[in-house]
Amino acid sequence: MSNEALHGHSEVVTTHDVHHDEHHVHHHKETFITKYVFSQDHKMIAKQFLITGMVWAILGGLMSVLFRLQLGYPDQTFPWLEDILGRWAKGGKISAENYYALVTMHGTVLVFFVLTGGLSGTFANFLIPLQIGARDMASPFMNMLSYWFFFGGSIVMLSSLFIQTGPFSGGWTAYPPLSALGDASPGSKTGMDLWITAMALFVVSSLLGGLNYISTVLNMRTKGMSMTRMPLTMWALFFTAVLGVLSFPVLLSGFILLLFDRHGGTSFYLSDIYITATKQALPNEGGSAILFQHLFWFLGHPEVYIILLPAMGMASEIISINARKPIFGYMAMVGSIFAITILAFLVWAHHMFVTGLNPFLGSVFVLLTLLIAVPSAIKVFNWLTTIWKANIRFTPGMMFALGFVSLFISGGLTGIFLGNSTLDIHLHDTYFVIAHFHIVMGVSAFFGMFAGIYHWFPKMYGRFMNNTMAYIHFWVTLAGAYLIFWPMHYEGLAGMPRRYLDYSGWESFKHFADLNKFISTVAMIVFAIQLMFVFNFFYSIFKGRKVTTTNPWGATTLEWTTPIRPGHGNWPGEIPEVHRWAYDYSKDGRDFIPQTEPIGPNESHH
Amino acid sequence: MAQAVPANQKWWGGGRSPFNVEYGKLMMWYFLMSDAFTFGAFLIAYGTVRFSSNGWPDPNVVFSSFPFAGHAHLPLVFVSVMTFILIMSSVTMVLAVGAGHSNDRKSVLKWLFWTIIGGIAFLGCQAWEWHHLHDQGAWWGMNPFHNFDGSEASTNFTNFFFTITGFHGFHVFSGVIINIIMFIMTYRGVFDRRGHYLMIEKAGLYWHFVDLVWVFVFTCFYLF
Repeated sequence: MSNEALHGHSEVVTTHDVHHDEHHVHHHKETFITKYVFSQDHKMIAKQFLITGMVWAILGGLMSVLFRLQLGYPDQTFPWLEDILGRWAKGGKISAENYYALVTMHGTVLVFFVLTGGLSGTFANFLIPLQIGARDMASPFMNMLSYWFFFGGSIVMLSSLFIQTGPFSGGWTAYPPLSALGDASPGSKTGMDLWITAMALFVVSSLLGGLNYISTVLNMRTKGMSMTRMPLTMWALFFTAVLGVLSFPVLLSGFILLLFDRHGGTSFYLSDIYITATKQALPNEGGSAILFQHLFWFLGHPEVYIILLPAMGMASEIISINARKPIFGYMAMVGSIFAITILAFLVWAHHMFVTGLNPFLGSVFVLLTLLIAVPSAIKVFNWLTTIWKANIRFTPGMMFALGFVSLFISGGLTGIFLGNSTLDIHLHDTYFVIAHFHIVMGVSAFFGMFAGIYHWFPKMYGRFMNNTMAYIHFWVTLAGAYLIFWPMHYEGLAGMPRRYLDYSGWESFKHFADLNKFISTVAMIVFAIQLMFVFNFFYSIFKGRKVTTTNPWGATTLEWTTPIRPGHGNWPGEIPEVHRWAYDYSKDGRDFIPQTEPIGPNESHH
Repeated sequence: MAQAVPANQKWWGGGRSPFNVEYGKLMMWYFLMSDAFTFGAFLIAYGTVRFSSNGWPDPNVVFSSFPFAGHAHLPLVFVSVMTFILIMSSVTMVLAVGAGHSNDRKSVLKWLFWTIIGGIAFLGCQAWEWHHLHDQGAWWGMNPFHNFDGSEASTNFTNFFFTITGFHGFHVFSGVIINIIMFIMTYRGVFDRRGHYLMIEKAGLYWHFVDLVWVFVFTCFYLF
C-alpha cells in the first residue's frame, strides 16, 4: 500500500468521525416514529430487541408450561385448555400433533428469538458503542434494518401458530424428511414454509447485526481503547458476532436446499421414501438426510456458543464489579473465548454420533469436544478466583451472575458425559440430554441475560429495578431450575426418551409418573415468577427508584461516564480517552479507578 | 507490503482504524467471508452427494453445445467463453478501481461500463445455457443425462447444477445492479464531491468475489 493511499484512507476515517460529532451537536428533530419505531440509536434498538425478546420468552415459556401439563398429568383433562387453544386441545387434552408443534416452537423460539436475537441483539447493541467509546454503531441504518428483519421474522413465525394446519412440528432441528415432505405431517405443510421464511429473515437480521458489531469493535474504539483494554463483555460479544457471521450462512444454504426439496422436486435430502399417509413410494433418489444434519449442526453447535458467550462476558464483568476485584486472568479469559470460538466450529458431529457416523471420525469429534472443557474450565476457575476472598456486593445482577457460574458448572459437567460417543449410544435422545442443554445453555444463558438486565437497567432507563422482587425472582428461578432439570438426569440415565407425549404406557417409566408431576408443578411456579420479573421490569421503567449518580455501581467502564440518560451520540461533549484496562478495582488503596483516568506516576502495575 | 509506519504508531490503540480502512470496507470483507461460507456449504453438499452416488454424468457430454453451431460436439467451449467474459469483467473492474484512486471520473465511467457489459453478457450466456439444457429435458427434479458408464443417473446432477449456478447467477445479477448504481453515482459526480471513490472499491471487492466463486463452481461442475 502506498503512502498516498494511506493518506486517502485516514482522511476518510476523519470525515466519518467529524460527521458523527456534527450529527450530535445539531440535535435533529426527532418524531415519535424516528425515536421509538424506526430508531437508529443503538440504545433504542437494544431496547426493541429486549422487549421483543421478552414477548417471545413469555410465549415460549408458556408453550413449555402447556406441554409440561401433558407430561405431568397425562391421564387428566383440562377443559380450560380447550377454551384457550380450541381444536389444539379437544376435550381438554393436547393432541399428539399439537404437542409436537408446541415442543418444536418452544425450541425454535427460545434458541433463536430469545437467546440469540433477544440476548446478543440487546446487549451487543446496547453495550458495544457505550463500552468502547463510540457515538453509535458503524452503520446505524443497517442496525435498524437488523431489528426490523428480526421483527419481520418474528411476525412470520408467530403467524404460523394461527394457520389451519398448525406450525411446524418436526423438532427445532427441522430434520428431513419430516421438514422436507408436506405429506409427512400437518405441521410440515404451510407451517414449515413459514418456519423457513421466518428463519431466513432471522439469518439476514443476524448477518446485518453481526457485521455491524464486528466492524464497530474493530474500527471505532476511542483513543487509548486498545483491544486488550476492552471489558470482557466486548470480547465475548465480538466473538459471538464472528461465530454468527460464519455459521448462519451455512444454515441458510441448508434451508435453500430444503426449500427446493419441498417445492422444486429435488432430492438433496431425500432417498427411498414410502409415505404411509398417502400410501405412496416417492421417486426421490440419491439424496442424504444426514447431509442436512451436517449443515444444520455446523450452525447448530456454534449457535450454542452464540447463546453462551454474551452471558459469559456479562457475568465476567458483573462479577468483577461486584467483587470489587480485578477479573482474574484477563488474558486467559480472552484466550479461552477465542479457543471456544475456534473449537465451536470443529465439534458439530457430536450431535450425530448415532447417525451411522464412522466411529473413527466419531473419536476425532470426541477429542475435539472434550477439548472445549479446557477453556470452559479456565473461565470457571477465573470466575471463582475473582470472587475468592472478595468483599462481595450481592446486587441482583451479581446474584444472577453467580447463578450463571453455578449452572454453567452443573450443566458443563454433564457435557463431558455426552461428549463421549460410547456413552452417547445410551444417552442420546433421552431426558439426560434435555437436562444437560437446558441447564448449560438455556437456564444459564437466561441467568446471564437477567444479570445483564438488572445490572444495566439503570443505564437503560435511568431507574433501578425493585430489589425485593429481584431477589425472589433469583431464588425461585435458581431453585426451580435445579428442581426441574436435576431429576431429568435420572430419568435420562434410566433411558426415558425425549419427545414422547405420554410415558404411562411403558412399564419401565411408570415409576417416574410422580417425578414428572413434580417437575411440571415446579415449571409452572418458575414460569409464574418470570411474569413477576416482567412486571418488575415494566413497573420500574416508570416507577423505579431513580438513579441519582452517573456511576451507581462504582464501575470503571466507559458507559458510566455518560449522562444518566444519554442522548443519541452518548457523550454530550468529546468522547473520553481511555488510559487503562477495565478492571482496576481495589488498587493502591482506591475502590476503583475509571478507565478514563491517566496512569499516575507512582501507580503499581496490575 | 512495506508500509510507512512511524515507529511509535499504535495501530490497535484505539482512536483510529487498525487496518487503516473505513468501516464499510471491513464490513464488505466480513460479508464476503460469510458469503464464502454459503457457497462453501453448497459445494460441500454437492461433493458429499456426488461421492456417495454410484455415478455421475460426464460434463464433456452435457456441456458440449454452442449457440448456432448445430450439433457440433464442442465440449466446454461455451463455458470457457463465459468464464473468459467474467474474468475480463474483473479486469475492467480493476481498471475502474485504479481510475478511482486517481479520481479520474471519465475512466471510471468507461471501465465500469465495460464491467457492466461483461456482467450482462455472462448472465446472457447463462440464460442461453439454462434454456438449452431445459430444452433437452433438464430442470430441477429432471435429469435426461446418463452417467459416465451409461447407467441411469439420479436427478441430483441437475438439482445441484441449477441451484448452485442459479445462486451464483443471482450474485452476478446483484453485482450488475450494484455496478449500475455505482455508474449512475459516478456519472452524477457523487464521488467527486466526496473526494474519493471508495464505493467503487467496495463494489469491486464484491465483483471479484463473485468472479472467484465462479472459478470454484466452474471447476466443480465442468472440469470434474
